Amino acid sequence: MATFTRGFHGKRRGGDDRLPPGQYLTDDFPVLSAGPTPQILPSEWEFTVETETGQVHRRSWQELMALPSETPTVDIHCVTTWSKLDTTWQGVSLDVLLEDVETAAEYALVHSYGGYTTNLPLEDLLDGKAWIAYRYDGEELHPQHGGPARLLVPHLYFWKSAKWVRGLQLLNEDSPGFWETAGYNNYGDPWREQRYADD
Amino acid sequence: MSADYLDGNALAGPLAEIFTTDVSAAVGRCASCGLTGPVASLRVYGPAPGLVARCPGCNEVMLRLVRSPDAAWLDLCGTACLRIPMESAEGNSP
Ligand SMILES: [Zn+2]
Repeated sequence: MATFTRGFHGKRRGGDDRLPPGQYLTDDFPVLSAGPTPQILPSEWEFTVETETGQVHRRSWQELMALPSETPTVDIHCVTTWSKLDTTWQGVSLDVLLEDVETAAEYALVHSYGGYTTNLPLEDLLDGKAWIAYRYDGEELHPQHGGPARLLVPHLYFWKSAKWVRGLQLLNEDSPGFWETAGYNNYGDPWREQRYADD
Repeated sequence: MSADYLDGNALAGPLAEIFTTDVSAAVGRCASCGLTGPVASLRVYGPAPGLVARCPGCNEVMLRLVRSPDAAWLDLCGTACLRIPMESAEGNSP
């Protein structure tokens, strides 16, 4: 883990151990958007996984609700330098959603309602590291925070946790997403402070 | 849908770091739907993590600008053409 200045006075004891370099703690949940907020009804929502061979797996909202869910408590880190500790979510692990998907792909391109995309290695979505989250802080996920459902990948900067998620495209070759093609880092590890393309 | 955007005048300051003319006074053509209008009429989201300017006709992205401490990334691939008003050039008359 990178070393960093220990001058920050966190609001919680031990908070600065959990604060990546260059970040500050906030209790707010700032809303950043690159476009209008899509209003998606659960009845019209679906989540698709398309493999590198063109196989498409679809799940409706009802099917998502019927899957076993988890309630992760995680720290989130936005590239605009705010971090928020102990956020509580409910959602379905990507391990569950990808269980019956046959793939040898190494990369995923995440697609959202409204056209947003973001890319990451497929392994960063597996082994308990990522969820399709539909509740935040005990309530239904508000549209401005990505509801009805968003991707939650808390070990990477929060732009990777795509709001209004609608599907994954599994790819043999990496394909940079919306911010990754406009100067932001391709991977985005907050502990290595990978903010911009040349970091 | 809430008006959670600014108009294209919000681009004037950030673009003035890059261009010597006022690009918000330029007229742009949307590469997606062909709508032509002043940059000031675009719908601008941001400024963080970056400025995203969308066509008021079709909502497609026409311009993106990301600024790091030591670089700017400018994407204009959603803009087919910009007509930028210029001082009249000397010696160009027939
Ligand atoms: Zn347009």
